[in-house]
Amino acid sequence: MSCDTNRHYPEKPPAVYLFGTCLIDLFCPEAGMDTVRLLEREGIAVHFPAGQTCCGQPAYTSGFPDQARAVARSQLGLFPGPWPVVVPSGSCAGMMRHHYPKLFAGDPAQLAAAEALAERVFELSEFLLHVAKIQLQDSGRPATVALHTSCSARREMGTHRHARALLDQLPDVKLVTQEHEPECCGFGGTFSLKHPAISSAMAGDKIGALKESGAEAFVSADCGCMLNLNHTLQKRGDPFRGRHLATFLWQRTASVDEIDEIGKKTGEAP
Amino acid sequence: MNARERQSAPAAQFGQRAAAAVADAHLRKSFRGAMDFLIARRAAQFPDAGALERQRALAEQIRQYSLARLPDLLEQLERKLTENGIRVHWAEDAGEANAIIVGIARRHAAKRVVKGKSMVSEEVGLNHALEAAGIEALESDMGEYIVQLDGEKPSHIIMPAIHKTKEQIARLFAEKVPGARYTESVDELIGIGRAVLREKFMRAEIGLSGVNFAVAETGTLCLVENEGNGRMCTTVPEVHIAITGIEKVVEKLEHVPPLFGLLTRSATGQATTTYLNLISGPRKPGEKDGRNAELDGPKEVHLVLVDNGRTQAYADRQLRATLQCIRCGACMNHCPVYTRIGGHAYGTTYPGPIGEIVSPHLIGLAATHALPTASTLCGACGEVCPVKIPIPDLLIRLRGEAQHDARPGHAPLVGQGAARSALMDFVWAGWAALYTRPALYRAFAWLATRFRALTPPVQPGWTASRTPLKPAARTLREQLLERGERN
Repeated sequence: MSCDTNRHYPEKPPAVYLFGTCLIDLFCPEAGMDTVRLLEREGIAVHFPAGQTCCGQPAYTSGFPDQARAVARSQLGLFPGPWPVVVPSGSCAGMMRHHYPKLFAGDPAQLAAAEALAERVFELSEFLLHVAKIQLQDSGRPATVALHTSCSARREMGTHRHARALLDQLPDVKLVTQEHEPECCGFGGTFSLKHPAISSAMAGDKIGALKESGAEAFVSADCGCMLNLNHTLQKRGDPFRGRHLATFLWQRTASVDEIDEIGKKTGEAP
Repeated sequence: MNARERQSAPAAQFGQRAAAAVADAHLRKSFRGAMDFLIARRAAQFPDAGALERQRALAEQIRQYSLARLPDLLEQLERKLTENGIRVHWAEDAGEANAIIVGIARRHAAKRVVKGKSMVSEEVGLNHALEAAGIEALESDMGEYIVQLDGEKPSHIIMPAIHKTKEQIARLFAEKVPGARYTESVDELIGIGRAVLREKFMRAEIGLSGVNFAVAETGTLCLVENEGNGRMCTTVPEVHIAITGIEKVVEKLEHVPPLFGLLTRSATGQATTTYLNLISGPRKPGEKDGRNAELDGPKEVHLVLVDNGRTQAYADRQLRATLQCIRCGACMNHCPVYTRIGGHAYGTTYPGPIGEIVSPHLIGLAATHALPTASTLCGACGEVCPVKIPIPDLLIRLRGEAQHDARPGHAPLVGQGAARSALMDFVWAGWAALYTRPALYRAFAWLATRFRALTPPVQPGWTASRTPLKPAARTLREQLLERGERN
């Protein structure tokens, strides 16, 4: 894993591509919608290539590289313009930025395309902070939250630093740090299905730490962790919840007019 | 499944053992506490992240350089050791290694072997082989002594008895050590163990040890330890047998300090260990009477170099990185899975992330294919590895090798394809078919959202501890289309 600590960031662009990710598309669309709202408010047009499906990570990490490569290849040609590709998920962004070049290492024709795409991939918080240079205006009530960063987001994309810097822009948000903050929540994609006992022990410990931190909710830039923890909480009948960073940032900074315009939310995250 | 059963079951039943371990609240609490302690100790040794990165890069280069020249270095090592009077033996597998050592013991009519800590001796099952030959094998590392006394296996490569509480050890000693009274004082417990071991050191005909680094240029065996038992094992008995894996060789003595510095700090958070033994040969004739008298030292020194599957990893460009390992254990200390289940659940000599990537070479994928799946790929192991082994990448690779035939141009691994399942092949082929066809995917997503009420209430693996995953009412793409977004 190779986190970009010295990444060179481009000027703020007039438009970006949104790679919505398969989990957000089907399970957390509100996080995707709030991503679009945040970007558009910064004057950035958002293009959503219709052919996008999945980055290929589930097969890649499960030991099915050929299937992962087939899916990844079908995504390579979807971003022909010069714009950055914004991904509201650290693990999918990490897949495209760091693992695509490995996946296509034996295929020179695709490798060039994969490397060129990897160069343009930004995790959402990284993009908002370093490329869009967003200045958030907090309009929410005082709140205490904890930040949970997915492991690949942390180690491949540095999302823990970027998300923290964004949350620090909100004067009425108190960010608390849970015990074992960098530790995995136990999701791990297919790990959660293959080793449910270990996975649920890890999720339980993470929930315990988050709640003991004094936070009233947690924020995460990854849908995978959020689904793991929120569905565990729901099963336990515990009202504590996590929200996607995009949703949290949008809801705290949107004006009343903006919220009216959006109307009734359709998301039904647990 | 009780604690004893968890240790003896084969690696193939990993899932059952892991579930049993997770359900053991005492075990989880004790491993969490111990791992937190070790993590903090290590962190305190590396206050400067930049300096640590430079040291890791250097250590990685030393290990990669050594492996790139492995055959030459092993020949040079054998030559130099022989010149120094150390006898070198080559063991292709565990059986050969044991036969060599039993043979040496028989030649000396030895009845007792006193052992310093050696994971390779665990790996080859040396204690059983010695016992089968009527030779007593006594572990002299305090942790190893404790687990041996209780008929257990090590649960950690550096701290073998880390799973045991003070109270358990107190009961064990009172029960099993003749004349020992029950005490929970750690100092007194150590004293009891030490008294037993002193006696054994004096009477053992053979001392056995591992090797941390074998220096080819000088023919030196480096042994890192804290308790002094390693020095006792390698100096008091008349015969010293060292056993190690073929990957432990480095070219020059100057390659040792950077690795040693990272080893001790990564392992136990010590700037250095109490002992670093540099063994360069047996006691030479007449040496005792000379002016620079060596007053002790064995008459005979042997080195057993064990392959036992290592050349399989060596032969593959990517998997070779497995052999960079210097056995510090930092990967397991930082592994959230190891922390939950402890070392015994893995069912292999080497637990945790390093065990997951090395065991398939040592005992084959048929017995170990579940181990590489026992990771969320969180990357904590790779992040702390002092020699920068890309552990998550190797886990992914081994998951693939377990489920497929060898790729063209690659030799099959032992147990290649052992986890292959027609169901999984079908699932992933279907997955790829769906996600490479946007129109099909959109139709699927449309149906999944429209018929979300029909979402299965039981989702294998997921709903044991979570509510079912249920598609949203409308996908992101549909919501964007409704807003008039188009590419």
